[in-house]
Amino acid sequence: MDPNHYLVLSGMLFTIGAIGFLVRRNAIVAFMCVELMLNACNLALVTFSSHWGVLDGQVASFFVMVVAAAEVVVGLAIIVSIYRTRRSASVDDANLLKL
Amino acid sequence: MVTGASVAFWLLAPVMVLAALGMVLARKAVHSALCLAAVMVALAVQYAALDAPFLFAVQIIVYTGAILMLFLFVVMLVGVESSDSLVETLKGQRVYAVLVGIGLVVMLVVATGNALVGDPVGVAGPNSEHGGNVQGLAALLFVRYVWAFEATSALLITAAVGAMVLTHRERLVKKQDQRERAAARMRAYAESGVHPGPLPTPGVFARHNSVDTPALLPDGSAAESSVSATLRARSSIRTPAELTAPMAARQAELSADQPAQPGIGHGPDPRLKAPVDQKDADLSDEERI
Amino acid sequence: MTLLEVVAPQAATGAFSLAWLLIALPALGALVLLLGGRRTDRWGHWLGVATPIASFVLAVVLFAALMASPAEQRAVAVPLYRFLEVGGWEVSLGLLVDQLSILFVLLITGVGSLIHVYSVGYMAHDARRRRFFGYLNLFVTAMLLLVLADDYLLLFVGWEGVGLASYLLIGFWQHRRSAATAAKKAFVVNRVGDMGMVLAISLMLATFGSSAFADVHARAGELGAGVATTLGLLLLLGACGKSAQVPLQSWLLDAMEGPTPVSALIHAATMVTAGVYLVVRSNPVYAQTEAASTAVVVVGTVTLLFGAWIGCAKDDIKKVLAGSTMSQIGYMMLAAGIGPAGYAFAIFHLLTHGFFKANMFLGAGSVMHAMDDGVDMRRYGALARVLPITFATFGIGYLAIIGFPFLAGFYSKDHIIEAAFEHNVVVGSLAMLGAGVTAFYMTRLMLMTFFGTRRWADGVHPHESPLVMTVPLVLLAIPSAIGGLLLNNWIGGWLEPVVGHGEEHGAPSLLHFSVVGGLTLLLVAAGVALAVVLVGRREVPVTAPRTRSPFVLAGRHDLYGDAFNETVFMRPGIGLVRAVVATDRRVVDGGWTGGADALAGLSQVSRRAQNGYVRSYALTMVAGAALVAVVLILGRLG
Repeated sequence: MDPNHYLVLSGMLFTIGAIGFLVRRNAIVAFMCVELMLNACNLALVTFSSHWGVLDGQVASFFVMVVAAAEVVVGLAIIVSIYRTRRSASVDDANLLKL
Repeated sequence: MVTGASVAFWLLAPVMVLAALGMVLARKAVHSALCLAAVMVALAVQYAALDAPFLFAVQIIVYTGAILMLFLFVVMLVGVESSDSLVETLKGQRVYAVLVGIGLVVMLVVATGNALVGDPVGVAGPNSEHGGNVQGLAALLFVRYVWAFEATSALLITAAVGAMVLTHRERLVKKQDQRERAAARMRAYAESGVHPGPLPTPGVFARHNSVDTPALLPDGSAAESSVSATLRARSSIRTPAELTAPMAARQAELSADQPAQPGIGHGPDPRLKAPVDQKDADLSDEERI
Repeated sequence: MTLLEVVAPQAATGAFSLAWLLIALPALGALVLLLGGRRTDRWGHWLGVATPIASFVLAVVLFAALMASPAEQRAVAVPLYRFLEVGGWEVSLGLLVDQLSILFVLLITGVGSLIHVYSVGYMAHDARRRRFFGYLNLFVTAMLLLVLADDYLLLFVGWEGVGLASYLLIGFWQHRRSAATAAKKAFVVNRVGDMGMVLAISLMLATFGSSAFADVHARAGELGAGVATTLGLLLLLGACGKSAQVPLQSWLLDAMEGPTPVSALIHAATMVTAGVYLVVRSNPVYAQTEAASTAVVVVGTVTLLFGAWIGCAKDDIKKVLAGSTMSQIGYMMLAAGIGPAGYAFAIFHLLTHGFFKANMFLGAGSVMHAMDDGVDMRRYGALARVLPITFATFGIGYLAIIGFPFLAGFYSKDHIIEAAFEHNVVVGSLAMLGAGVTAFYMTRLMLMTFFGTRRWADGVHPHESPLVMTVPLVLLAIPSAIGGLLLNNWIGGWLEPVVGHGEEHGAPSLLHFSVVGGLTLLLVAAGVALAVVLVGRREVPVTAPRTRSPFVLAGRHDLYGDAFNETVFMRPGIGLVRAVVATDRRVVDGGWTGGADALAGLSQVSRRAQNGYVRSYALTMVAGAALVAVVLILGRLG
């Protein structure tokens, strides 16, 4: 099994996630796209780990998961509180940070 | 050489790409979440194929089990009423996004598609060093990465507290007790004629009694307030005609077979344009409302 | 001209080590009076009187000690402390008590004390009398510092101090707009002169590395002609500012807005003569430069005629006296410019002028006191009987200034005129003409004030001043009368170690009469006679008669000094400042604000990129990441 294939798959998933983040306006879906990108990175990390025969890549992947979990908790909490006040989950509606 | 790993890869890689695309393209957030779940489970299998059993388990338990469930909860909280239109509002955003995405994927594939040369070493060696993958990871986590590990604990507790703070709602007015609510209802009735009693229950028909079936008013039209506003927003409410159509057809069939049997069968209720369920028909107007 | 041998001063011993008390006493008085506030109101003026008297007593003791010492030990240095030490350059503060400075100290403290006493009576009804005495003491302090300093830098401190005191005292009645303006004018004009002083001191420091009299004078011979002339002219500029010499004369006439004792002390007897002191003190510098000396002579001559001309045209008694002061200081300047032959005469005339001019100013104050502060001589007349003491003392001063034989002015002025004739016939003739004009306007003043008919304003009841005012008048009249006799044979020899002595002159005898002196006397007599004919024999109109005579009109307008300043300096100055302001607004500020506006405009355009849509930002980010990836890959390939 050529590990480069995993890398190509990882790159494709990452790009799909990036495009999704760029085109989707629903904050939750955009957030899912971020998760997809993180997962793509994890796949690359595990692939490298396997290729070089060291476990550090898996440890890094594990840390990514932990951070992702924390991030999801806070991010979703923010989405919920924004939705409560603005009755909208669209990222385009939260556009006040400008002149 | 066909190995389990390559079988798993070639089987699951297209699924993953398709599911990812589905996640991006799905109109409803729930579908997106399900597509993401598919990607994640498939990814877990890839981990297993790459000799990472611990991550396989964690991927399923943490990602698919916990994080995605959290997403679904929030989708339920938020996303049901908001229909996500796929019409782009930012000018050129979609075109540029696709162009940049293509550029990015070409770059990544060009850069990493041939990055790894030579045969993979595989983690079988490190896995067996401490007696297993989990033990090997633990040895790394609690020795070399112990500080990072401790830092993640701080991160997690911060995130938990942060989420609570963010979603906590301060009560601004005193909670009304039953007496006050009853008084308010009577006052509303006196001032604007709002009905003071409970809302009407959904309709109960011979074949349907779920919450998406509206009750019928005396003139045969649907009572709007008898079904949830959420369902109305989704426009998944059944119409009275749809509900009564099978029964009416059956009655018509029966009356065609047996002309008038006095004393046994009822004719169609003269008050209704369409025949209704037996039980429903027995109820008085007042009870139905 | 011979270069003077600079005498190294003696170290201070005995009474001389107390010389700092001369300055410290009035300084203490000023400090107490100005910081003490209202609680010193009751006795403050007596403290103000006591300090200059104490200084005077000390000065007399020092003078006696100097007299007793041999001639070559009559310069005593009193070091105080080291003020600045920068690199190889140091300024130490010290006092120099020598033949020249002790004369000034005696004049300042002696006349100053009398004027202080007089002020007790003159300012009796002024609610701010205590403050007035504080300022007077401040002035005495600064003036003593000026004449006792052994260093141009320390002299400059005193120089500025008297300028400040003059400003405060001219504007003492600052509730009068004219007084406030006059004070400001004096201050501003003096700044011009001070600029010359500062530049001169800077030039000394640059050339000699020191500004001490001893160093500068000892090494003055090393100066090149250009530097010496520059230094001399800069010092002359400083002297002109302080002594109200042309072209910086315009402030003195307005300075008469101050209380009359101030006019007597500062603007007649002492401060305005500081310029003469400066020139005489700097004699080794002027010895090196014919050009600067000539400039001093020209300035003195022009001013003496200038002042006399103004004195003829004015009706305000104080302004006549102010013009006369200008004129007399012009004589002193003229004498100082002549060189070693004239220095002693300059100081001689300075001293006698200090006596009789202070006497006359105080007399004028007494007259004003009697006439409800009226200064218009056209409203005086026939006061001789009403104010007998004032009349008598004023008369002595009058005779002294016109050079009546054997009175003070006779000796001092005649010497100057003679020296001027020996220097240059034209200058001498002009100086002699000035003496005749002086006789004319002083006689006019006397006739309009004390003789003729009463032209008093309604409700004015003249009365002789109280004793506290008349006693100083009497005490000042005495040296006005006999000062010339006392000093004539002595002062030349006394000052010789400091200023040198003209070889041509021996000690002029008391009965020395020359052709020039005789001619001068004739001219003076003619001036008096002309005044008697023109003023004494006619009725004096109560208002100034309209005239088309350009000479009279010019005199009434101070010879257009203010108009000149206004046209030549003020209006172009205002124009320049306006131009600078406009340049600053348009060009400098315009550059800044224009740049800011351009930046703001640019920001207005570029802020559209900042649309608030997170997906837009993310697109930029992803594009950037892709670009970075391209660069990285290309870098690897290359």
